[in-house]
Amino acid sequence: MGKLFFYVALALVLVSGLVFAPEHAGLAIHPMDQFTVKPLFGGDHIAWYTPTNVTLWMLFAVVAIIGLLVLGSSNRGIVPSRAQSVAELAYGFIYKMVEDVTGKDAVKFFPYIMTLFMFIVTANFLGLIPMSFTTTSHFAVTAILAMLVFVTVTITGFVLHGAKFLGLFWVSSAPLALRPILAIIELISYFVRPVSHCIRLAGNVMAGHAVLKVFAGFAGALGAGAFLPIFAITAVYALEVLVAFIQAYVFTILTCVYLKDALHPSH
Amino acid sequence: MEGDLAYIGAGLAGMGTGIAALGVGNVAANFLAGALRNPSAAASQTATLFIGIAFAEALGIFSFLVALLLMFAV
Amino acid sequence: MASNTHDAGHGAAEAAHGSSGMPQLDFSTYGNQIFWLLVTLVVIYLILSRVALPRIAAILNERQGTITNDLAAAEDLKAKAVEAENAYNKALADARAEAQRIAAETRAEIQAEVDEAIAKADEEISAKAAESEKAIAEIRATALESVKVVATDTASALVTALGGKDDADAVAAAVAKRTEG
Repeated sequence: MGKLFFYVALALVLVSGLVFAPEHAGLAIHPMDQFTVKPLFGGDHIAWYTPTNVTLWMLFAVVAIIGLLVLGSSNRGIVPSRAQSVAELAYGFIYKMVEDVTGKDAVKFFPYIMTLFMFIVTANFLGLIPMSFTTTSHFAVTAILAMLVFVTVTITGFVLHGAKFLGLFWVSSAPLALRPILAIIELISYFVRPVSHCIRLAGNVMAGHAVLKVFAGFAGALGAGAFLPIFAITAVYALEVLVAFIQAYVFTILTCVYLKDALHPSH
Repeated sequence: MEGDLAYIGAGLAGMGTGIAALGVGNVAANFLAGALRNPSAAASQTATLFIGIAFAEALGIFSFLVALLLMFAV
Repeated sequence: MASNTHDAGHGAAEAAHGSSGMPQLDFSTYGNQIFWLLVTLVVIYLILSRVALPRIAAILNERQGTITNDLAAAEDLKAKAVEAENAYNKALADARAEAQRIAAETRAEIQAEVDEAIAKADEEISAKAAESEKAIAEIRATALESVKVVATDTASALVTALGGKDDADAVAAAVAKRTEG
């Protein structure tokens, strides 16, 4: 059965390659066009309030989160339905992560971290739908997410520990002569954190989508031979599904790690 | 002419992503080696594995970003 | 074909370079994205913290509670089973002890009877033995007397037969001397 399906799919790809071959065969790759921000209702000017495709796909993310976490758990079943068990899985996953990585006293940050994780993971997965727009591939979005974490960590650290929070940069276990140098390095790494935090997410998502687009361009240029890049696209797509989850996971766990520094700054 | 040089620079920067791939592979390989020596401790360290992979990968993403900037923004 | 592709690729590259470049670096859209992101995050945060997370936490707690209750009920039943077993064991042990007591009593009774019988028999036997001994002693005494008489008679007869004078006293003394030795 699987084999038959495979051959049918292969034949379909070959035929569509012949039928839908572009008139001007050749490479027409615009890997970055998919990231363009466009107003939804026409017009060229993008003001801060204009509804754009960013708005649309963020709305989809909100709808997906409501569907999963609110509607999915509306039965309140002791024996969970499918959606409810996924919602419980997500809850347990992040709750355990916060508790394990940051500590029991970080549970008050749990809704905040859950918000970050759910937004990033749904935006990443929604971005994998063909022809969609990936909100997390924009530095503007991830930079705000990263800055929110940075500001939260810094403010929490100073509120809870005052000037002692600066001890984070003074490595007391190192030899005295090395400490100023280490302090400078620690300070720089502390301020580089949000940069790498934001570029890691946007860069990963953007790179994967651009690669998909490049292979799609090859498929358009090759005509009947398009099945080769289409296999490649399938493989890269599978990798991107993995990356979409792992990047959300990494973003969240790094948030937990940074928060641990703020809550327990002992070095 | 300048644009062409930018493309060469983009290619050179793109090599950085491959080198970062070496780093990621190194992290994963050493984790696997350690996990096979002491499988009972492996499960508790997967978070550390992902953090390590993320740090190694971020640098590759930086060079990818430099390549993109050279391609499209310079 | 190859040259064609090359030309087209070059053209695409030219076109890409000619276009606005990376949309990510188009700062005119930043305000828009940041605004909508903040709106989205606030909405998600409110939904999660007001509705979704408390509800899921309640569900998980309820399930935990149900499981705990079930476990407690199971524990209860188990305790009851253990109690019943203990009662059974106790009854068994009591019955066994009672049986042992009865057996011991019976044994003691029988022993007493047997002892009594043995004692009685012993008494009888010893009485009979004493009687017999007495009879034997009498018989022995009479036999000794008879021996003396027969010996004296025989001796005097022998003395007479041999032509000697029947001296009754000497004979009696000799016999007594012999029988004593």
